[in-house]
Amino acid sequence: MSTHALLTLYNRRCVSVADIPLLEVEEFAAALASSIASGWRIVSLFGVPEDTRALRLCAVLANDDRGLLGATCALVRQEYPALSTSCRQAVRFEREIAEQCGAIPTGHPSLKPLRRHPPDHAPSAWTLPPKNREDFPFDVVHGDEVHEVAVGPVHAGIIEPGHFRFNAHGEEVLSLEIMLGYQHRGVERLLEGSERGRAVLVAESIAGDTVIGHTGAFCGAIEALARSHKTPRAQTIRGIALELERLANHIGDLGALSGDVAYQSSAAFFGRLRGECLNLLMTISGNRYGRGLIRPGGVLFDIPPTMTSEVLRRVERLREEVRPVAELLFENASVQSRFDGVGVVSAEQCRAAGYVGVVARSCRVPVDVRHDFAYGVYRYAQIPVATAWSGDVYARAIVRWLEVQRSMEFIVEQLAALPRGEVLVDCGALRPSELVVALEEGWRGEIAHIVMTDAGGHIRRHKVVDPSFHNWSALSAAMPGNQISDFPLCNKSFNLSYAGHDL
Amino acid sequence: MAFCRKVVAETLVFDYLRARFGHRFTRASLGPNDSGLPVRFRGRPVFAQLHGDVATVDGTPVGETASEHRRRDLPIIDLGRSVFAPEETQRLDGQAAAFTQDYRMAASSRNALLTSGGEIELAHALDRKMRRLLGRSLRLRLVAAGSCGGCEAELAALSNVVFDMARFGIQFVASPRHADGIVIAGAVSENMRDALEKTYEAVPDPKIVVAVGACAISGGVFAESKRVLGGVPSSIPVDLWIPGCPPHPLTMLDGLLRLLGRADHLKE
Repeated sequence: MSTHALLTLYNRRCVSVADIPLLEVEEFAAALASSIASGWRIVSLFGVPEDTRALRLCAVLANDDRGLLGATCALVRQEYPALSTSCRQAVRFEREIAEQCGAIPTGHPSLKPLRRHPPDHAPSAWTLPPKNREDFPFDVVHGDEVHEVAVGPVHAGIIEPGHFRFNAHGEEVLSLEIMLGYQHRGVERLLEGSERGRAVLVAESIAGDTVIGHTGAFCGAIEALARSHKTPRAQTIRGIALELERLANHIGDLGALSGDVAYQSSAAFFGRLRGECLNLLMTISGNRYGRGLIRPGGVLFDIPPTMTSEVLRRVERLREEVRPVAELLFENASVQSRFDGVGVVSAEQCRAAGYVGVVARSCRVPVDVRHDFAYGVYRYAQIPVATAWSGDVYARAIVRWLEVQRSMEFIVEQLAALPRGEVLVDCGALRPSELVVALEEGWRGEIAHIVMTDAGGHIRRHKVVDPSFHNWSALSAAMPGNQISDFPLCNKSFNLSYAGHDL
Repeated sequence: MAFCRKVVAETLVFDYLRARFGHRFTRASLGPNDSGLPVRFRGRPVFAQLHGDVATVDGTPVGETASEHRRRDLPIIDLGRSVFAPEETQRLDGQAAAFTQDYRMAASSRNALLTSGGEIELAHALDRKMRRLLGRSLRLRLVAAGSCGGCEAELAALSNVVFDMARFGIQFVASPRHADGIVIAGAVSENMRDALEKTYEAVPDPKIVVAVGACAISGGVFAESKRVLGGVPSSIPVDLWIPGCPPHPLTMLDGLLRLLGRADHLKE
């Protein structure tokens, strides 16, 4: 395709909004479709009110092989021809745009509300008829002995709320529809409307298990717009915190997967070791999830030399303790037989739908923001991308274990060579009329915070994309053909965020 | 074949034992001084550093005893709104405040979370009848309603081998029908309002309600959003308020044991 339809940009580098191509909607649709055909994928597609009657559609695309990001825009009226007809990756994003902005993409396969809330980013002159979830019934499968199973929003375990609707034939799942939105708190509006000191606390609460990931992306965007340059020491501490967060969650997930196949010993061991990782974050930041650590301009807490040696010692001990437990899990034939071939996602499905993170890497799609769009400390210290081939529960477990090992190595290396200097610098006013895309490889996958400022340097739009937004549909795609009793195991192997999706 | 199976079985047992002996199963201690919390942990905030009986602000004695200082008009800290961010104590109305390492903060009423000096009245026990019913076996159902998932993660941690809540007879159960009470996390989103009320109604009487985290108590960082109620609605009476963002598992455990009148487990 002609590349003039797409402005090239880089992770955490600002561009002027005026430089982004502003296309007619047909051109825009063609640009999206042809870019995706040539190896790009959608990072985000969202709406920004342009004036009282027009909506600006912004698409941010990524080309992982070339390490490039691209942006393009179009102005649309309330009704416009749906992009989804020519671009499958746009389906969920257009559902979101219809709900957030009140737009009507005609020809869209289903404008079922994603989160169930009134539009909060609509051009002011649009009339917005109320939309009821009841007008969009669940998909039904007809046939003898086909039955529906409804689960949620209040589940059996200690997990967040969501509703799952299965169509099953006996034990076999025919289809799974996932209805979310129960955790919707209006995060984007709060990020746009709050002063910075308050907004960073909201960013910490987008997904409570991804505090470092989301706050890192939030601050990355704000710092780029303020032209504030973090010190190397602050970048390294952020990297260490991000890998500690990954360790805690991956180890916790391996424990939960053990529990879901009734292997209690490794469940108990991993459960304790997860706590050790959280306690390491608490030693550094005062909070088990790293709240209070990351702020625009750097980090609030330094790691002084005495703490460095203590953290090093504890990570080394963790390394010794976690290996025999992983061997216990992965070398156990009865565990392998439960993990094998359950909930398969193929590389083709992954590329077509644009899945990210652990889910993508488990079916040999090697996408990793730390590698493809290196930022901060990852420009100097590369972490090899861990991949697996089979796309099943086993693959998602083994990728987590590989990443656990590499994150521990990274932390040990970085602690031994912490750059000297301050950890917090000033982060002033934002540049006007600019756009920045800040990507971060959270433990689930690619986190995107896309911020656009207005002519006065205020935040005009703050778009958040949690990896769960891309990957929830992978769970629906993986379930058909599996047993309904394998759903908890399958769900846990994805371990997606409800809060991160619902915002 | 039989031989092979035996070898496999023995190897597994060996692997298990090897892993088992490498681990230290130290249970979390509930004492105020030996909880092992790091110096940067942000627990109950207080105004002014108290050195012995003399109150100081920024290291300067203010010329009155600690108790006099406390009684004076200090600004109110609302532990129910606090997310325990480092910035929160920098300076409030000209008064220096600081976080202590005291994790004990759960209270029996919303008002008890408002403090001027930093001292709070910790949760008191349920009445004798409820203690007889629930004191040694408490089954709880979690309802996450407009949360970020952080409080859920810490509630789940209560069941691991370190905090091991089950040693006190407290467990989470799958259904509200099996439960003696509900634990609510989150600012209560509009979309969870119905489900929360139905879950509460589904729990058989008598029942207790525990509000966990800044969001459930006051809406937390989401209080200004139109999409949330801003905490547990007044239609649901709360027995225990556990502040924090998220509260440390020890804060939760301490609160639950106080509620059950089992503070004898807490080494004072």
